Amino acid sequence: MAKISTAGNYGKTIRSDCKITIELTKSGGLKIDLISKVKEYFEDQIISLAKNELDFFEIKNAKILIEDRGALDYVIAARIEAAVKQLIETDKEYLLPIISENTTITKSDRYRRSRLYLPGNTPKLALNAGIHKPDGIILDLEDSVAPAKKAEALILVRNALRSVNFYGAERMVRINQLPEGLNDLEQIVPHNVNLILVPKCETAKQITDVNNTIARIKKEINLKFDIWLMPIIESAVGVINSYQIACSKNVVALAIGLEDYTADLGIQRTTEGYETFFARSQIVNSAHAAKIQPIDSVFSDVNNMEALKQNVLISKSLGFAGMGCIHPLQIPVVHKGYAPSEKEIEKAQKIVDAYKKAKKKGLGVVALGSKMIDAPVVKRAQKTLDMATIGGK
Amino acid sequence: MKKADKFVKNAAGRMVPTIVNGKQVVPFMGVNKYRPAHKGSAPRVPTCIDYPKDGNKIVESLKEALIKSGLKDGMTISTHHHYRNGDYVANMVFDIAAELGIKNLVWLPSAAFPCHAPIIEHLKSGVVHHIEGSLNGPLGDFCSHGNMGGLGYLRSHGGRYRAIDDGEIHINIAVLAASAADMMGNANGVLGKHPFGPVSFSKTDSKNADRTIIVTDSLIDFPCYPWEIMGNDVDFVVTIDEIGDPEKIVSGTTRITKSPDRLLIAEYCAKFVKAAGILKNGMNFQAGAGGTSLAFVHFIKEMMVEKGIKARSMIGGSTKFLVDMMEEGLTDYIFDGQTFGLEALSSLRDNPNHIPIDIFDIYDFHAKGNLAQMMDVIVLGSTEVDVNFNANCITHSDGRMLHGIGGFQNCMLAKCTILAVPSFRDRIPVIKDEVTTLVAPGELVDVIVTERGIAINPLRKDLIKATKNSGLPIRDINDLKKEIDKICGIPAKPKLSEEAVAVVEWIDGTILDTIRKVEK
Repeated sequence: MAKISTAGNYGKTIRSDCKITIELTKSGGLKIDLISKVKEYFEDQIISLAKNELDFFEIKNAKILIEDRGALDYVIAARIEAAVKQLIETDKEYLLPIISENTTITKSDRYRRSRLYLPGNTPKLALNAGIHKPDGIILDLEDSVAPAKKAEALILVRNALRSVNFYGAERMVRINQLPEGLNDLEQIVPHNVNLILVPKCETAKQITDVNNTIARIKKEINLKFDIWLMPIIESAVGVINSYQIACSKNVVALAIGLEDYTADLGIQRTTEGYETFFARSQIVNSAHAAKIQPIDSVFSDVNNMEALKQNVLISKSLGFAGMGCIHPLQIPVVHKGYAPSEKEIEKAQKIVDAYKKAKKKGLGVVALGSKMIDAPVVKRAQKTLDMATIGGK
Repeated sequence: MKKADKFVKNAAGRMVPTIVNGKQVVPFMGVNKYRPAHKGSAPRVPTCIDYPKDGNKIVESLKEALIKSGLKDGMTISTHHHYRNGDYVANMVFDIAAELGIKNLVWLPSAAFPCHAPIIEHLKSGVVHHIEGSLNGPLGDFCSHGNMGGLGYLRSHGGRYRAIDDGEIHINIAVLAASAADMMGNANGVLGKHPFGPVSFSKTDSKNADRTIIVTDSLIDFPCYPWEIMGNDVDFVVTIDEIGDPEKIVSGTTRITKSPDRLLIAEYCAKFVKAAGILKNGMNFQAGAGGTSLAFVHFIKEMMVEKGIKARSMIGGSTKFLVDMMEEGLTDYIFDGQTFGLEALSSLRDNPNHIPIDIFDIYDFHAKGNLAQMMDVIVLGSTEVDVNFNANCITHSDGRMLHGIGGFQNCMLAKCTILAVPSFRDRIPVIKDEVTTLVAPGELVDVIVTERGIAINPLRKDLIKATKNSGLPIRDINDLKKEIDKICGIPAKPKLSEEAVAVVEWIDGTILDTIRKVEK
């Protein structure tokens, strides 16, 4: 193995991150140098964290350089661990305490109107992601992480799951494409992740593999924590198999990724989206047939909020329940777009009122005007009203 | 002469000197507990018979004007900062003073900017003894390390005006850049090659200095009108190639922030203003030109359009954004103390409802009621706040002076003062147990808005009541602090020396706090 290793990022434009360089030496103990914007305030804290962690990994003699741009403890710890693991063979994990906010379990049918993608290896974006109130936050290990940075991103994401307060957003991780993604699960599953996104999913078998791996890990550590799945369909074959995928165990939502889908078909993605109409409708149909949520692709022009708004309206009319976001400013637009219209709210209110009235009178049959209302209709109406409430209407 | 002597604890609990640069000063006594009086030092009394009958006061060069003004050791020289980071004139003055072998000058700028870094050399060589005025950037840093010959004296925009009027500072020579002037010295900042806006900071300089020199790069025929500076207050007129770079007035301050976190803070500010019932027809408010302040105006604008609300006036930092609002009928008037950009300049020149204002009228403690007091809401930035709502806008938490004091203190008189701050910067929490430097007493700070919640000063029971069911994240400031400390960790207190390097004056002229030397 190497004698010198580095992990993390440092530079003028880098924030909330650090770069760790470790050189193993024969003697002389630990020599730690710190270059930091916040040295005056956090020198002792950073040095003692580094010492503890190196002790934990039983590194006795080394020169360590910490070049810091205001990284929090969980980031520094992840970067040190990533550097250490390039130098020594170890299965140990240096874990900071899990914060109480990150012990919540989510329901299978919770709202998933917006899910904010965060590049897994860029800590500055994670800290304040939750304050923008997306329904879910995705720590991404796949496309937003460079191949050479995959290993350190995995450790950082693991630590973020334990340490970053996401203010009630569902904690999601997008693993790498299978089979590599199965290895990611080893480091992710034990740390209170609520939902795993399975990218480029093409077959139900892949979901079975994911479920089996998760079940094995949970059993090994005796973890009782619901972990849901959201496969992302990004190919022609995936679209064809979408119903089987949607019916798989623990799958609560089915997403579509249109960039890869159009690439697979060898066509251009357009603003109008005629070319993806079939795929989108198929996903909506498969998801509804399996009684799960259909989720739309991200809208990539972050500066055009008007176009996003139109896109969300079309998405909603096609039957989607949510959409990926790649910038916090997209979140309120998406939430507003998926919120029910005044007309829908009015109708839902009438149904719920009629149901309550009938129940009070002890009537078994509910009628609104001349129409009979059955239980699923009432449930859907109630859901519409809930959606309107959380959407601020 | 000791820079600072005879320290006492003032009413804010801060140790402050009662002697600064050899002069007796009054420690802070509490908000509205002290009424400053005129101390009597008056400018040299001129007579018209000593001035050219044809009104022509043009001299060959700035050097000649300074020599004719009697420039000598120990004098106080004033300049203004209307060109902000694009000012050329102040550096020229001290280069000439150095060439003439003059020492121990006191520089009294209305503010200093990074473009004034060359003056550090003059401070080192003793040409300039010390600076009295808003300091930031390299000069602030230089002063923080205790390298200045005298104690830095930080006054708010209104405070500087007051101190000059009261005779607490006596200006020997005012060197005032004007974008247009005539041979007599009538001058303004709106005409000529390089216009910068109203001359709002320097009328008092021209009235109270022994000698006033107008420096222009656009000499126009008599009379130069509007004559914001009156030729009858001017001793010499100098023409040079270029007095400043108007491009650098803007320097990044006049675009709405793109940071989603800062936009969220601005949106919370606007929602708070609406929930508190401040957003109504006929409102008056200050709209700063900084990224977050401008974003606040952006959100307020949306709400005004939606609700059909029109303001009576907005105080700028006027920008294209404010001008658009006036043209769209969202405000009747713009009061302009500093103009950013060409659109705002042409509005100032052409629209009678775009009114230039003097700092005296917005900010001075001696004004018979000033505009700041009449503002329904003002949103400001801040470097630090504390759990008692005290605010700092000058030093970082390590004690280094990096930001100008500006009109921050003067704005505290508004009916609702909101500080819009991120909850931490680079892992350093912004909410402290105690601010490093006290610039505004907590009783005048009404609301602190961060991206993680809004804290209302317990003294403002009316605001607490009005916003109770607003759905906004209103939090106890201690809870907010706890949450932030949990994220960042609790920072160690930076070591500061006992040695004073500057004092902060409150708007009434008393000494509010002492800034200490930074160790490294």
